[in-house]
Amino acid sequence: MAIEAQRMQAEESSKSTSPASGDAVSPSVEGSAVAVKSESEAVVRLDDVSVYYGSFRAVRDVTMPINKNEITAMIGPSGCGKSTVLRSINRMNDLIPTARVEGLVSYMGIDLYGEDVDPVEVRRRIGMVFQKPNPFPKSIRDNITYGPRIAGIAKNEWDDLVEQSLRSAAIWDEVKDRLDDSALGLSGGQQQRLCIARAVATKPDVLLMDEPCSALDPIATGRIEDLMQELKNDYSIMIVTHNMQQAARVSDRCGFFTTELDSQSDRRTGQLVEFDETEKIFSNPSDERTENYVTGRFG
Amino acid sequence: MAIAQPLLDKKTSERVKSQLETGGFNLAEGAFKWALIGTLVFALLVLTVLVYDVVVDGFPVFSDRLDTFMANPSRTRADETGIFQGLRGTFWIGVFVILLTFPIGIAAAIYLEEYATDNWLTRTININIRNLAGVPSVVYGILGLTIFVGILKGVYGDVALSRGNTTTAGGLTLAALALPVVIITSAEAIRAVPSSLREAAYGVGATKWEVIKSHILPYAAPGILTGTLLSLARALGEAAPLILVGAVQGKLGPRTGFFELQQLGEKFTAMPIVITDMAKQPGSEWQPVTAAAIVVLLLVVLTFNAAAVILRNRFERKRQG
Repeated sequence: MAIEAQRMQAEESSKSTSPASGDAVSPSVEGSAVAVKSESEAVVRLDDVSVYYGSFRAVRDVTMPINKNEITAMIGPSGCGKSTVLRSINRMNDLIPTARVEGLVSYMGIDLYGEDVDPVEVRRRIGMVFQKPNPFPKSIRDNITYGPRIAGIAKNEWDDLVEQSLRSAAIWDEVKDRLDDSALGLSGGQQQRLCIARAVATKPDVLLMDEPCSALDPIATGRIEDLMQELKNDYSIMIVTHNMQQAARVSDRCGFFTTELDSQSDRRTGQLVEFDETEKIFSNPSDERTENYVTGRFG
Repeated sequence: MAIAQPLLDKKTSERVKSQLETGGFNLAEGAFKWALIGTLVFALLVLTVLVYDVVVDGFPVFSDRLDTFMANPSRTRADETGIFQGLRGTFWIGVFVILLTFPIGIAAAIYLEEYATDNWLTRTININIRNLAGVPSVVYGILGLTIFVGILKGVYGDVALSRGNTTTAGGLTLAALALPVVIITSAEAIRAVPSSLREAAYGVGATKWEVIKSHILPYAAPGILTGTLLSLARALGEAAPLILVGAVQGKLGPRTGFFELQQLGEKFTAMPIVITDMAKQPGSEWQPVTAAAIVVLLLVVLTFNAAAVILRNRFERKRQG
């Protein structure tokens, strides 16, 4: 567990450099935690990140954080690279042979594309929920236990983990009597909550959500949005959404992406136009393009 | 609000009605459907007549002397001859195909689909595997003769009367023949695994091997199984390559028992060879014997095909959770 050690180190160093612990008057641990929180500590940082598919630059120069215990949203028109950026954070883009990431993607201060970083370990700490609910064609229980099992968690902890994960995804009461039934028998909204439970079961720090509600009806969407508000107490969440209202409702911070014609390749490349607190993005954006988009004049 | 007011006048309504009600019959549509049914019936009819004819011809042999027919070696008299050696050879060839082709073929498919990077070498290999699947079986016979028979010459030494034309050479040749089809069908089954399933598994921190083992292979299992069992059935029905490799046509002593490993180093024959040989004999008394042998080979092959279907259905039900 190379990351574990590095993370500890990062936490150590962040503590020692945080203003509270440097302050001789209040050296208590609680004090430092509060100070860090009010500063909204970034769990993940993207610095000048560009993602290429072969020679095509799909998205360029993205700089934004995922703050601890916040929901960070990415909005923008189709094809502007939101999902691409999201997938570069837990190295899902590694699965596409031609994909390449430039710039720095860091988690707890560690370069996630560093030479010794194991993408498998990264994905355990940065979980993902996909656009279409994709439960394994197995029982509900097996869906939850698969991640912990391959992570080497002891069998006697599985039952607790199943209940805990399903509860935190607000689906326990609906499925507790049929844990051994196929997950494919659940409704779309239930399947998506099961997928959230599955992602939570590996105890990640960060949850990435790629348009998690796009295949769901408004009621199921509402439940997932409520769920996200609860989840952010324990996790840091980044969500990609096409739905501006959703971003406005659920997120604390928001990045607006758009596409621009790349002079080099003559193809449209995505870029981050503006990143700010959600309230500001929707009420008083500093960029005209953002304003046009959020007011519905374009996109 | 005049809700009850008719939307259109009567004349327009009549016209729309005549346009909508075409009587539900479309000539081109109907002709196409019946043409399809016709070809299907024709194909099935030919097959049924053939099978019926063979079964009727061979029936006397099964009713009169099933035991000696199955247990006897080939003899010069039609009422004494049997298919023991043919069955034995076909059994051992099947063992070779199952033990060699299935693991090697599936492993190759996994490598090509999951590990190999997409470059000219991989593409060349892929194209050539496809070509190999279309190579006439006689060519595999020549391959078997030059390579396997050549290598095996002397390996079994004093055990064999053979000059390398052993069961092993025949088994290896047909294993090579079945290999490309197994690789292609397995690769196609693996490619058909939805990417959402892979992503789900990678997303919870599975390694590549864990994804393949726990998700891709179980999902692809029905397709892989069907392909492998059908290729086995095909290999068991091949005669041409075995003739080149040197399967014995005509008399061959029983020497070893059905399941004795010693047979691997012995001269051999197989069901398709036995059938060809019987069919070549003069005299009408050989006709029922030949038909009976054909029925036995058909049963063996159909058993594997049926197994493929049953296993496929079972795995597919399991896939539903």
